[in-house]
Amino acid sequence: MAINIVLAIIVTSLATYLSRFLGALTSEKISEKSKIYRWFNCIAYSTLAALISRILIFPSGDLSEVNYLLRIIVILLSILIFYVTKRNLVYPTVLSAIILAALNSFAV
Amino acid sequence: MINSKYFLQGILASKKFDSPAIALGASFVAIGALLKNLGFTIQESIFSTLLTYALPGSLVMAESMLIGASLVNIFLAVWLVNSRLYPMTVSIMPLLKHESQPRWKYYLSCHFVAVSSWLILKSNYEEIERKYRIDFWIGIGTATWLVAIFSTIIGYYASDFLNRDMIIALAIINPIYFMCAMIGVMKTVQLTSAILLGALLGPIFYFISPEWCVLIGGLVAGTISYFIGEKYGN
Repeated sequence: MAINIVLAIIVTSLATYLSRFLGALTSEKISEKSKIYRWFNCIAYSTLAALISRILIFPSGDLSEVNYLLRIIVILLSILIFYVTKRNLVYPTVLSAIILAALNSFAV
Repeated sequence: MINSKYFLQGILASKKFDSPAIALGASFVAIGALLKNLGFTIQESIFSTLLTYALPGSLVMAESMLIGASLVNIFLAVWLVNSRLYPMTVSIMPLLKHESQPRWKYYLSCHFVAVSSWLILKSNYEEIERKYRIDFWIGIGTATWLVAIFSTIIGYYASDFLNRDMIIALAIINPIYFMCAMIGVMKTVQLTSAILLGALLGPIFYFISPEWCVLIGGLVAGTISYFIGEKYGN
């Protein structure tokens, strides 16, 4: 390890807190009924959706080892389970992990 | 200081059966295991989750350290990936604002902004009296923060027993949970288009810039959907 772990942690946390703190500062004058608030709200949801779909479609780290066809099957099955279980969040989440582990062990 | 009734209500809102805390816990178990494999001590792993408390940021830190990046590079990479926290913070702080509450509460509790706590607040804040919403938020933040810290500890010690398939299964829980949660909040024209366009443009912009695709995709999709929503009603 070339650099000090504690320093890396502190740098990471400062870089993270910066965005949160700037958000708290600049939102002080924004009313929840204003247009700018609605715009930021849209951006927040869009950015999260973009992040999630990027993780699922172009993953880095552990998920990138999984074949993309398997990932697509798991995504579609999860959406199906979500609707079948009347928009329950726990079933698709838990089942997605089990389905992926099962499919992946067959595929390898 | 902090109204304990609303603080407790915030804690309780975080432990519902289908709480985002499940996804949060699963992903921080994976982080704990990852940090151990990177050579972190248990204290350093706890310290990391305690101070950063943002999953993509911790992943980027881990990846950067593996390739031996400098501190400046780590700072820039983490800042870039976690700057999504900026619009997220702006889109909840106005809901929590009350003139009788001191500012330090807002400056400190913005540390709790993360996808899971954000979603819990968004689906519960309307039931809470405006004056005490910030205390409710501090309750949510404390609960989800503790889940993340304990999950890191579990992952750290469980890492020897987790095989590849289990780590991969843990990694899918977080995006699948939040994907379903996002589908679940598509109730207005504006939010539906924001989420669908974001999910579409994020990966499309990946072909232009893998680093910037989430931010640019989110900004473009959010702006388009804002105008769609204003035009076709909320």
